[in-house]
Parts: sequence; C-alpha cells; structure tokens
Amino acid sequence: MGATFETIVFGVLAMFIIVMSVLTVTTGRIVRSATYLLFVLLGTAGLYFLLGYTFLGSVQIMVYAGGVVVLYVFSILLTSGAGDKAQKARRSRLFAGLVTSVAGAALVLFITMTHHFVPATGNEIPVETGINNIGRMMIGSGKYEYILPFEAVSIFLLACIVGALLIARKR
Amino acid sequence: MFAGIYGFFTRHNMLAMLISVELMLNATDINFAVFNRFLFPAMKEGYFFSLFSIAISAAETAIAIAIMINIYRNVRSIQTKDIEDMKW
Repeated sequence: MGATFETIVFGVLAMFIIVMSVLTVTTGRIVRSATYLLFVLLGTAGLYFLLGYTFLGSVQIMVYAGGVVVLYVFSILLTSGAGDKAQKARRSRLFAGLVTSVAGAALVLFITMTHHFVPATGNEIPVETGINNIGRMMIGSGKYEYILPFEAVSIFLLACIVGALLIARKR
Repeated sequence: MFAGIYGFFTRHNMLAMLISVELMLNATDINFAVFNRFLFPAMKEGYFFSLFSIAISAAETAIAIAIMINIYRNVRSIQTKDIEDMKW
C-alpha cells in the first residue's frame, strides 16, 4: 500500500513537472514563463521530499523559489516593457530546436530503459537524514565530508556578490 | 530537461534563455538526488552535489541578471538580435 501510494504521488509530481516545464518554454509572455518556472521548482522540491531528502527540498524552496524567482521577476519588470510579447521564432529554427530536443530525449530514454541498473540492497523506504548528520558532513574534513566545497562555495558567493555589484552599478 | 534545450534554441529573449538554462540545471539536480537515493542510499555524494549545484546556479543567475540589466541600460533591449556590438 505504501509503495503504491508513493508511486501515485511520484506520477502526479512528474506529470506536473513535465507539463509545467513545457509550458515554461512555450508560453508567449515572459512573466508567465517565470511563474511556470516557479511551479516547476516547487514540484522538484516535492520530489525531494518524496525521496526523503527533506533538507534538500527546503533548500530548493528557499533558494530557488524564494530567491531566484524573485530575482527573475524583478529583472523582467526592469528590462521589458508592459505587454512585451515574444515574437515568433523562424520556422526552421523552431523545427531544429524541436528535432534536437526530441532526439535527445529519445536517446536518454532509450539508454535509461535498456541499461540494467543494479538496485541498492537494503532500505527501500525513504529514511530521513538528520540535519545533525548533514551539518557534520558539511563541515567535516575527513573522507566523504565536504569542508572544501563548502568553503569554495562561500568564496564563490562572495565573488559573485562583488561581481554583480560591479557590473550593475551606475556609473 | 529537453524542454530547457528547446527553449534555449528557440527563444530570442535573453531572459527566456536564462530561464531555460535554469530548467536544465534543475533537471541535473533531480538526477543527482534520485541516482543517489536509489543506487547508493547509504552514501551522500549526490545529495551534496545537488546542494552545491543549487548554490552555484543561484550565483550564476545573479551574475547573468546583472549583466542583462547592464546591457539593457546600454542598448535598451535584451533581444538577442539587437545585441551586435561585441559579436566579433
């Protein structure tokens, strides 16, 4: 019963994400596109929750749905006039994009379906990882611990803040 | 993910292209987490890769939007056909 319930929830979330991402790239107005992107990101957070990665899901909601989408909406309002519609792409270009993406999706689907994955033995039920454990792994320096990427990301974020301010400031 | 690739090829607006890139990054994050969960549930590599990838894509978005606002200030447009100054 539990497994089927999870399968149903996964199916609903996957269909939601697929439909919303297709709508994101096909809709004409860019504000709507950003809104559909928000729905895709929320669906992804739902997938993480379903997998038992609760912390990852909340980070996804906070950083993406909270920060990035607000940034997008602000920059859309700053850079495009009201009622600014995307003009039609040329037919050849649209066709090329469609063929490339469908062929790539078919290739990836074919490989995933035919490849025989070795499933993990042991716990199939999602176990929630404690935030305690994650924090220790994040700042530990041993094997399978991630102090170096953590510090690198912090330096990187600082560089990004300085760079963005430098690029976007008024002269 | 391939919706993102389609959008990247067919859009003329730089912001729409950036949204497509964001879709692709999101798909890779899902893949990291799901492969980690179902193939190696005892390990946490994919988990932390998704975590750092989320941070890096947020930073990348901030930089790209700063560049776009700067371009808009100079060119008054962010359609790709209008930006020809730094092409060659």
